[in-house]
Amino acid sequence: MGKQYETVIGLEVHIELATKTKIFCGCSTEFGSAPNTHTCPVCTGMPGSLPVLNKQVVEYAMALGLAANCEITRVCKFDRKNYFYPDNPQNYQISQLYLPIARNGYLEIETPSGKKKVRIHEMHMEEDAGKLVHDEWDDTSLVDYNRSGVPLVEIVSEPDMRSADEVIAYLEKLRMTAQYLGVSDCKLQEGSMRADVNLSVREVGSEKFGTRTEMKNLNSFKAIAHAIEGERQRQIELLEEGKDVIQETRRWDDNKESSYAMRSKEDAQDYRYFPEPDLVPIVIDDEWIGKIRSRQPELRDEKLKRYESEFDIPAYDAGLITESRKTAELFEKTAALCGKPKKAANWFIGEMFRLMKERGMEPEELAFSPEHLAKLIDMTEAGTISASVAKKVFEHIFTEDVDPEKYVEENGLKTVNDESAIREAVEKVIADNPQAVADYKGGKEKAFGALMGQSMRALKGKADAGNVRSMLMELLKS
Amino acid sequence: MANKISDETLDYVGILAKLELSGEEREAARTDMEKMLDYIDTLNELDTTGVEPMSHVFPVNNVFREDVVTNGDGREETLANAPQRKEDSFEVPKTIG
Amino acid sequence: MKITELTALELGAKIRAGEVTVKEAVQAALEQAKAAEPMINSYVTLDEEGAYAQAEEIQKKIDAGELTGPLAGVPVAVKDNMCIKGQLTTCSSKILSNFKPTYTAEAVENLKKAGMVILGKTNMDEFAMGSTTETSWYGPTKNPHNTAHVPGGSSGGSCAAVAAGECFGALGSDTGGSIRQPSSYCGVVGMKPTYGTVSRYGLVAYGSSLDQIGPITKDVSDCAAFLEVIASHDPKDSTSVEREDYDFTSALKDDVQGLKIGIPRDYLGDGLDPEVKEAVLAAAKVLEKRGAVVELFDLGLVKYAIPAYYTIASAEASSNLERFDGVKYGYRAAEYEGLHNMYKKTRSEGFGAEVKRRIMLGSFVLSSGYYDAYYLKALRTKALIKQEFDKAFEKYDVILGPAAPTTAPELGTSLSDPIKMYLGDIYTISVNLAGLPGISVPVGRDKKGLPVGMQLIGSAFAEKTLIRAAYTYECATGKAHEKMAEVKASEKEVR
Repeated sequence: MGKQYETVIGLEVHIELATKTKIFCGCSTEFGSAPNTHTCPVCTGMPGSLPVLNKQVVEYAMALGLAANCEITRVCKFDRKNYFYPDNPQNYQISQLYLPIARNGYLEIETPSGKKKVRIHEMHMEEDAGKLVHDEWDDTSLVDYNRSGVPLVEIVSEPDMRSADEVIAYLEKLRMTAQYLGVSDCKLQEGSMRADVNLSVREVGSEKFGTRTEMKNLNSFKAIAHAIEGERQRQIELLEEGKDVIQETRRWDDNKESSYAMRSKEDAQDYRYFPEPDLVPIVIDDEWIGKIRSRQPELRDEKLKRYESEFDIPAYDAGLITESRKTAELFEKTAALCGKPKKAANWFIGEMFRLMKERGMEPEELAFSPEHLAKLIDMTEAGTISASVAKKVFEHIFTEDVDPEKYVEENGLKTVNDESAIREAVEKVIADNPQAVADYKGGKEKAFGALMGQSMRALKGKADAGNVRSMLMELLKS
Repeated sequence: MANKISDETLDYVGILAKLELSGEEREAARTDMEKMLDYIDTLNELDTTGVEPMSHVFPVNNVFREDVVTNGDGREETLANAPQRKEDSFEVPKTIG
Repeated sequence: MKITELTALELGAKIRAGEVTVKEAVQAALEQAKAAEPMINSYVTLDEEGAYAQAEEIQKKIDAGELTGPLAGVPVAVKDNMCIKGQLTTCSSKILSNFKPTYTAEAVENLKKAGMVILGKTNMDEFAMGSTTETSWYGPTKNPHNTAHVPGGSSGGSCAAVAAGECFGALGSDTGGSIRQPSSYCGVVGMKPTYGTVSRYGLVAYGSSLDQIGPITKDVSDCAAFLEVIASHDPKDSTSVEREDYDFTSALKDDVQGLKIGIPRDYLGDGLDPEVKEAVLAAAKVLEKRGAVVELFDLGLVKYAIPAYYTIASAEASSNLERFDGVKYGYRAAEYEGLHNMYKKTRSEGFGAEVKRRIMLGSFVLSSGYYDAYYLKALRTKALIKQEFDKAFEKYDVILGPAAPTTAPELGTSLSDPIKMYLGDIYTISVNLAGLPGISVPVGRDKKGLPVGMQLIGSAFAEKTLIRAAYTYECATGKAHEKMAEVKASEKEVR
């Protein structure tokens, strides 16, 4: 039996803030424009240009810091991180090293063995770099500075995670928190959330940390999980062979499912940080923190608790509904309007998520109004329309946001409550299906279902199934 | 306490600063750095215990801009001075990684 | 009387009065420049065509009553480290030898708003690193008073151009004395305002925490008027300060009664040329006679200013100059193999020796393991130096001393020993570290006929006190020391 190893993981997560403009200039942060469209002298490092800080960046960073239980740094400053690379127009990045905006926080994650706190060492504000694209024809690189200067917050955790599952739970938690706060959309695929993984292994029971490596270029949860497993194995193999793990930065190649060292003799990793002389300190007082705090929305954990206690909604359902702030808000509005939270929850779980999944939609794309869904719930509960009609109407609410009252009216979908109409329809079904009637009377229970189905169809689903059933029973008995 | 700048250090600083000095220029830079560092070392005569490093002379704080888009399409101006341009991008030697 | 002998305000008045047209003023300056340039080389770019075009437009506005300021129509020059849209801005470096910015420095915008004609861009030490204007890629500028001597630097081109009558005032930038020292060498008035008074937007940075743009003029009145034009609170520069008032010309008062002036003993010690000392002390006596209270005092830490300064300035410069890499603008090496080789060749070929050695030093003092010992130590020293000034200004309104230890040295004698050259900045550098205003005023000549400058240092935002003291001195001496350099050139007479 070999030695048992424990994996020790800390994360550096970059999230792009959802501001309208860049961190130090009035250029748009819009995604997907032609190269260098959203650029100016400041974000392309032209000589003589100077940065001016976007206040919204500070407020978003503060909001995230507070939500992650951090202390907000009362006097915080920017520093320059110097390194040459073409995507970095000044060849220094304006970042924070010595006095970052937030420190000493934590996020709580769920693990199979219960709740766990992942401590946050610090959060700092910085600018994003531009984009490099390889040009196949010239065998050169093309530089686009549209992303240069887009605001980022980097969240540095303590080495508190022990598995890929914990890492993913932490990332999910961070993403959810940022999305709820509205500070970022946190899309890994689009690069608005990026994680670098610091990983080391040590023998179980050992107090000392092993030598860690840093892995970059992880742009999906799957890649992160694979990279963690791969790096863990690689380090264990080295140790088993009696070799040392080298502290280095490695790049994960998701296609090859392996990582390689990003070593270069031109890459000294000595960033020569010093205070950014072109920006002045940010002084944050209690009043400002109070203002940010008062604007914080209810976060997911609080909602989960409240849904269970206040609405009596099962934890699993509550979890689904609160997976995005958008769905949670739609739900809460619907529930408040119709006064039937459990019914509303059922609509979300049963129908809305199904439609979203079918159509591959993101929560942000939901465009129906809670007023219409609430009305639909009321109509269903009042028996104005049948359950099957309601489902159909919901599809139209979901897609075109129709007013259910009008829609039902215009399409004549109201429940048929007229006993004579039901009787007439059922009598016709009985008359048209003598064989089924005979089978039923001969003891074949199944035949009843067929007759029931025929009757409902004849009524175009508009009648209450209970009423049809009793009528069918009654007429079959006679 | 005379400072000595080794070849290794000169190479290292050259990597950081992206400067390739050779021959006379390199030796001049070495001598110059040694002299300057000796000179800078005179600061050690000063007791600065408990003195906060001063990066900004005046207590100007909290200078911000509002989050409002003020710049339009900057492509042509940005690329106007490009030593090598391809379509709407700057072209540089192939980067790795 | 020659147009070029007028001060900027005198010329402005004549233009307003219709006695001189803007075109005539431009023509006079350009003719003077054409005659003097082969001898002194103070311009990198002379924009003759553009100047006449501006003259025409400005004249129309003056005639229409749209431009009424005291400096409207006055031709000026701008140091070549300030961006002007569409105009070559080289910082006297090969690496920017083809760079035409797409934006204009705020200080230059302010000149334009005041209706001043921009004649061209003046020569300087490469990236403002130097005290002689000899490190320019475009060749040295020479002192118009004696072309065997340097004009000082780094704003040597601007100071020489003003002294030679090639313009009626100029903008310079001052990181460690780069306005005051060449003003002293060239016999003109030069002021470094309080840090944050003039926007740095569009000024190509050397040491960002020290750089400040200021006026270089023929006399103190022009200095006040220029400062009034260029000083502004600029939202594009986060370090720009909103001042209580900008009416600097209101301080042009012949009155120093009761003004307390301190002369640091350390400013009169070893290394100070006796002729300079004599002229400066004589100037102090003049102010004393006019009612100022003058005394000697001990300003501490003087000798630590230079090492602290070179640590901070080199560190900031090493970072500020990283952007010159052949990717986005400027020079790119013709041949290279791969990215890093392109960087290295571009920068090694594009920068001159002085710039390279400051970048090397700056990169070293910031590098891992040395940051605390060098950079932070320097920032702590800076804090102590500021405290020394704060203490001094509790007692004095103005600190008086020389602007430089000597008069202008001969060409080619300074660069060989950098430390000796740096020592020439001893009286000016601490002013930048403490962010204070300083003005250099001509107070005499040495035996060779080279000008001597007196420096007046004020507390933060006390430019008006400096202007008042300098103006009083000027009135008392009848501008005896502000004679223009004699440059052999033919000039047309006014009427």
